Amino acid sequence: MELETLTIEQIQKGLLKKEFSAQDLAQSAFENIRNKDGNLHAFLEVTEDLAREQARVVDKKIAEKENIGALAGVPCAIKDTILVKGVRCTAASKILENYVAPYDATVVENIKAADALIVGKTNMDEFGMGGSTENSAFGVTRNPVDQERVAGGSSGGSAASVAAKESVVALGEDTGGSIRLPASFCGVVGLKPTYGAVSRHGIIALASSFDQVGPFARTVEDCETLFNVIRGKDPMDATSVEYKIQDTRYKVQGLRIGVPKEYFGEGLDPMVGDVIKNALKLLEEAGAKIVDITLPHVPYALATYYIINTSEASSNLARYDGIRYGTVSTGKTLLETYLNTRGERFGVEVKRRIMLGTYALSAGYYEAYYIKAQKVRTLLKQDFEKAFEKVDVVAGPVSPFLPFKVGERSQDPLAMYLVDIYTVPANLTGLPALSVPSGHASSLPVGMQLLAPAFGEQVLFETGKALEKLLQ
Amino acid sequence: MITKEQVQHIASLARLKLTEQEIEKFQKDLSSILEYFEVLNSLDIKDVQPLVHVLPLENVTREDTAAKANSELVQELLDAAPSQDQGFLQVKEVFSDEE
Repeated sequence: MELETLTIEQIQKGLLKKEFSAQDLAQSAFENIRNKDGNLHAFLEVTEDLAREQARVVDKKIAEKENIGALAGVPCAIKDTILVKGVRCTAASKILENYVAPYDATVVENIKAADALIVGKTNMDEFGMGGSTENSAFGVTRNPVDQERVAGGSSGGSAASVAAKESVVALGEDTGGSIRLPASFCGVVGLKPTYGAVSRHGIIALASSFDQVGPFARTVEDCETLFNVIRGKDPMDATSVEYKIQDTRYKVQGLRIGVPKEYFGEGLDPMVGDVIKNALKLLEEAGAKIVDITLPHVPYALATYYIINTSEASSNLARYDGIRYGTVSTGKTLLETYLNTRGERFGVEVKRRIMLGTYALSAGYYEAYYIKAQKVRTLLKQDFEKAFEKVDVVAGPVSPFLPFKVGERSQDPLAMYLVDIYTVPANLTGLPALSVPSGHASSLPVGMQLLAPAFGEQVLFETGKALEKLLQ
Repeated sequence: MITKEQVQHIASLARLKLTEQEIEKFQKDLSSILEYFEVLNSLDIKDVQPLVHVLPLENVTREDTAAKANSELVQELLDAAPSQDQGFLQVKEVFSDEE
C-alpha cells in the first residue's frame, strides 16, 4: 500500500483496522522527504523526533482502544511563520535564524490535540513577502510539477510538500494570496479562511488586518477536515471570532456562480483563462447557474493592498531590533545596533516594503496613502456585498499566469506584485477564498479561485468538491 | 521621482542602514511603485468612510486579572535575547560620550 497517497479518511480507517501504524505513516513521509527534498527544498527543518513521538502516542491509543483524534497519524507540514514549541522558527529570515519557539501557536495546539504528526517547518518568502518563495533567505523552493519553476509563495514550501506527498496536509498563512497562489501553482487545494475564523496567536505577523492561517491538502475534503480542527475563537487572539457554522447545504444544481468580468480582463494569460472557463462550463452542465457580474473596484485592489500591506508590515517589523530575540549586529550605540542589525539581516524585499510603508505612514503622507487605501477598501467590500445579493459564490482564476521559471520575475518588484492581482481582494474584504485544481495548461496546474460571503466556507467546500468530481 | 535625500530620510526613520547601491536601487523601485499607487487618485472617495476592520467587532475585553507567570517560559523568553544580565535585557549605550 502506498501510504503517502492516502487521504485523512483512509488513514483513519487503516489505523483502526490495523492495516498500518502511525509509525508506518511517519516512516513513509520521512522516506519521501529524504528522497525528494534535496531537490525541492520544501522544508527548512524536519522534525522527525517530534513526529515519531506523536506517532508513538497514536499507536498506543489504538492499542489501548482509546479514541483517536481527527488527524491521527496524518503527516502535517507547518509554514515557518507558525510557532512549534522547541523548534526553530525563522520566517525564512536571517534576523530570526537562531530563534527557537518558546510556545505553541494555538493552531499547533489544535492539530497536536487532534493527533497529527508534525513532520517539519516549510520554506517561504521572508516574512511572507513574495509570490514565489524566491525571497527566502535560505534558498528557493522548486515546484514538484516542474522543478525549473517556482512553487509560488509565500507559503511555497507548504504547497510543495503536499504536492510532492512529503506530507498529507500543511498549514500556511495567507496575507495577499500566500496560500491560494502556491496551491494553484502546485496543483493542490488551499483555503484562505474568513478573517477572524482562525486564531493567529503564535503566528509571526506580516500585515495584521489581512493575515489568516489556513490549510493545504490534496482533496477538498481533507482541506475541510483540517480547517475544522483549527477554526474557532481563541482568547489569546482578540480578532478571532466564534465560528458560525452554516446549516445550508449547497448542491451544484441551482448554485449561482458569479463570474466577474474584472477577473478575465487584460493581463490574464489566455491559457489560464481557457482552463477556468472550461471548468465553469462543467459546473454549468452539472446544473450551476453562471451569472455575469461586475466588481468595479477590483482594478484598484492591488495598489490599495500594497499601501496597506507595506504600512502594516513596517509597523509590525519594528520589533526586530536585535534586542529581544533573533540575531544582532552590534554597534557602538543602541542606534547603531538597530541600524546595523536591520540593515544587514533583513533581505532586500523586506527592506523595500519597510521603506515603502514607512514613507506611506510618514508625516504629510498618511492621508494620501493609508487613509485613501482604507476608503477604497470600503468600496471594494461594497462591491462584493452587492454581488452576493445575486450569487452564492464568485469564481475566477487564482493567478493571471502559469507557474513561472525561477528568476523570471525576481528582478522587478512590480512584476512580482502583479502575481497577487486576483487574490488580494479576499484579504482586503476579509472574505474566505478557496483555490481548487481546475485543470492544466502546458502540463502546468491551474487553480480556480472561489470566494464566498464571510463565514461561507461551506459553499466553497461544496463547490470545490463538485468541481473535483467533475474533473475526475 | 523621490530624491536620494528622501530615501535616506525614510531609511533613518525605519532604522535601516543602507548601502550606496541600495539607496540608488530603492530610489528607482520606490518611485515606480509610488507611481503605480497613483491609480487610486482617479477615484472619488471624498464621502467614503475608511474601513478599519472587516468584521463588525466591538471592543474585545477580558477580566483584568493577573495570570501566574510560568517561570520556565519567562526564562525561555529571556534566553531568546542576544544579550541579558540578571533577568534584564542588555542594550548598548543610548547616548555616546563623543557627541
